[in-house]
Amino acid sequence: MTALATAPIADTSILGRWWSSIDRWLLAALLILLAVGAVLTLAASPAVASRLGLDSFHFVKRQLGLMPIALGLALTISLLSPRGVRRLGTLLFVVFLGLTFATLWMGVEIKGARRWLHLGGFSLQPSEFLKPCFAVAAAWMFAARQDNPTFPANLMAIALYVAVMAALLAQPDVGMAAVVTAIWAGQFFLAGLSLWWVASILLLGLGGAVAAYLVFPHVASRIDRFLDPGKGDSFQIDRAIEAFGQGGLLGRGPGEGVVKQVLPDAHTDFIFAVAAEEFGLLVCLGIVVLFAFIVLRGLVRALGQVDYFAMLAAAGLMVQFGVQAVINLGVNLHLLPTKGMTLPFVSYGGSSLLALALGIGMTLALTRRLPDAGRLR
Amino acid sequence: MTAPRTAGPTGGYAFKLVREGAGRRAIDVGRIRLGVTIGLFGIAFAVLAGRLVELTLFAEAEPRPTRVVAAKPEPGRAAIQDRNGLLLATNLTTASLYARPKAMLDVPGAAEKLARVLPEIDAASLTERLSGEKQFAWIKRHLTPRQQQEVNALGLPGIGLAPDHSRIYPQGALTAHVVGYVDPDSRGLAGIERSFDGALRRGEAAELSIDLRVQHALRDELLRSVERHQALAAAGLVMDIASGEILGMVSLPDFEPQRPGAAEREALFNRAALGVYEMGSTLKAFTTAMALELGATSLDHKFDARAPLQYARFSIRDDHPKNRWLSVSEVFVYSSNIGSARMAMDVGIARHRQFLGSLGLLEAVRLELLENGQPLVPRPWREINTLTIAFGHGLAITPVQLVAGYAALANGGIAVTPTLLKRTGPVEGRRVVSAETSVQMRRLMRAVVEQGTGKQAEAEGYLVGGKTGTAEKAGRGGYQRKALLSSFVGVFPADAPRFVILAVLDEPKGRKDTNGYATGGWTAAPAVARIVNRIAPVLGVMPTGRMPLDMLPPLIAPEAGAGGMFEEEPTRGPVHEIAAHGDQLATR
Repeated sequence: MTALATAPIADTSILGRWWSSIDRWLLAALLILLAVGAVLTLAASPAVASRLGLDSFHFVKRQLGLMPIALGLALTISLLSPRGVRRLGTLLFVVFLGLTFATLWMGVEIKGARRWLHLGGFSLQPSEFLKPCFAVAAAWMFAARQDNPTFPANLMAIALYVAVMAALLAQPDVGMAAVVTAIWAGQFFLAGLSLWWVASILLLGLGGAVAAYLVFPHVASRIDRFLDPGKGDSFQIDRAIEAFGQGGLLGRGPGEGVVKQVLPDAHTDFIFAVAAEEFGLLVCLGIVVLFAFIVLRGLVRALGQVDYFAMLAAAGLMVQFGVQAVINLGVNLHLLPTKGMTLPFVSYGGSSLLALALGIGMTLALTRRLPDAGRLR
Repeated sequence: MTAPRTAGPTGGYAFKLVREGAGRRAIDVGRIRLGVTIGLFGIAFAVLAGRLVELTLFAEAEPRPTRVVAAKPEPGRAAIQDRNGLLLATNLTTASLYARPKAMLDVPGAAEKLARVLPEIDAASLTERLSGEKQFAWIKRHLTPRQQQEVNALGLPGIGLAPDHSRIYPQGALTAHVVGYVDPDSRGLAGIERSFDGALRRGEAAELSIDLRVQHALRDELLRSVERHQALAAAGLVMDIASGEILGMVSLPDFEPQRPGAAEREALFNRAALGVYEMGSTLKAFTTAMALELGATSLDHKFDARAPLQYARFSIRDDHPKNRWLSVSEVFVYSSNIGSARMAMDVGIARHRQFLGSLGLLEAVRLELLENGQPLVPRPWREINTLTIAFGHGLAITPVQLVAGYAALANGGIAVTPTLLKRTGPVEGRRVVSAETSVQMRRLMRAVVEQGTGKQAEAEGYLVGGKTGTAEKAGRGGYQRKALLSSFVGVFPADAPRFVILAVLDEPKGRKDTNGYATGGWTAAPAVARIVNRIAPVLGVMPTGRMPLDMLPPLIAPEAGAGGMFEEEPTRGPVHEIAAHGDQLATR
């Protein structure tokens, strides 16, 4: 093998090996994104907090307090080998699937859905964590066929998917279900699903979307409002569009924005609009490019993986990250109907932040260039 | 990044690894498709960037005005109307008072002021309720416009009025079981409110077959009978026999649909549609029609009623035994159990069952309510079941089923589907008996009122036909002699029937002026007569001076000495007989 010879630093300590094998570009992008998230939380959330009668820096304290923990979590996980990721992801998948089901009985009902568990002093949304773990568990199922051709990979992957969907739709959480579906369909596609099936699943997904429109009244109402803005309440999206126009090229300047004063979700789903108003087109383009860079870089690194499982898992994680970013940005820019989805690492939300750290940590681990990564066992 | 990786100093090893066979191919497929995925994401981000430029630099400079339609205007739950467009249920837009305690400046002061405007509020308990860690609390639902104005005039911060809807039932208890009721958030819980919940929400009004005038007369007269005879409960129906439309449906006791929570469970139960009962002799009409259709040759065909009918351990007897052969007419008019059982026996189990099935008596009716009773049909259906069902025991059906069956016998032989919705199109039906049989049934039913147990159903000026029924209710350990289900099914006008009317009384008590009798002929039949007298003018039925059916030769020769009216004795199922013979029910 030439791998050892080409490793840039012949340091054999754990950290040395880590530094030599980690994708430093991806790591750098993550750090920048966290910094952007911190700045934008500072910009957007005090207005919301004081409107809710909380201490102005309530959200800032919580989010900025969690950021080092999230970063530590991501870096620690990135030390793992692909096999370690597989074990961790699968174990956590089982745990969080159980917790997601538990929300149905023990969950706290917020706005008609049971998605949260109250544990001691803080609340947890297990389905956020379920997403990245699902990507890893499903990848294992698809990859298992490589080692054992008789393994019913497709069947197992479908079973996992059905279990997760059952939990998410019972809550109900249609948005999360859509992201999980995107991960699953993406991995199935990568795992060599025949094109005929690809077409069928696309049709099925379309059918699912139509069914969601017909079954869930809040989904129908949002899509109606998207297609015909004259109908009913389009307050948030109108204010958001206005914010982009007000921002222009350079923005009104930090702290000068007004849209955050009125948008209920300024610190979460519509934080990008706040950024646009205060910091302008150039910064926002930078954010879009940053997200594009992370997603594309991650996928390209996945492409370079020799290990089939690592490739599928990393791709699934990046598809999740990318879909979430694209949907949030698309909603802010009124390209998509309103859907409560956070902008990864930027929007306020503890569960979301830690879950994303878990996901990006596993991505970093999976995209390491390990000289002995040719085989898992 | 897509440059050949073999050239790079650090990235080359990956592709050089040799993997064999299928694994290699799978990885290759994965890589190609990953390339596609990367392309798609690239396009998506490019579109986002483009849109971002468009919105920031090229959007209209003027800020868009905020639309005032903050909440989408609720279409409101649609109305329910009777067949003539009278309102049975409608919506009232109201406002409900709420508090956001955190935004309130002075909770006790505000509570004090509110209590002055809304006397039913207690300031102290309201203060307590609003003092917790609450974000939101309702203070009072559905304020009147005056109260709304007064609350607004107080100008209290943290106190607000939210638009709300209240369901109103202008007819109150009159149509309670048909229309049903809703929960505080206007979700249908019973009756049409429940079965048409979706349509009503979408704003589609429901137009019922109910005629409020008929409904009122029916309920009023049933109430009178319940009071007169101290009955536990009652049910009544009026049906248009040509269309199957139900013009009146009453179940007593009933309730105020505005406050279903205040009602007893007994009162919420729809006896007319959901309750199933062993109806007793009224079922003999079906046996007789079947005999005319399938067995007996004419009304004069004779059946042996000389002695009680013995079947295995069971004994079927008449309470006023004639102890002779009886014609079809006599079996029906004298309400002979023995004769009815023999008629059914001649037809046979299979055809008996098939005939009752064709009348819709063996399956739940598909009335437009979720409260549709499932008939209790014997399984297995043995010969003894045929014998007892012939005179009305061993088969429990809903009053709606009974009325629908009579409609088919009286309207020329066509079974129509009962409905609670006003019919607009043509009515479809199946023929179940011949037109001749139908004519003969009309004559027989008229004879019951003219000469038999139903004399008190005679309504002055109108021709009523029908059949009485007095069934001992099945209770613990057999049939109970004193607990009767007394009924009368009337068809009118008897010469050219248009309507079926049913009155059922649950455990009516005898009175001095009924000679102590509590039978269908003494309790339910007079109710039907009064109902006919009240609804005939409303339904456009002219009083007849001449009585065409009366001109037909009498079906039964008057018996010497019988003179007046003879009394129907209650029918009971065979269980009682077993008990009377010292056997145990459990031995069956």
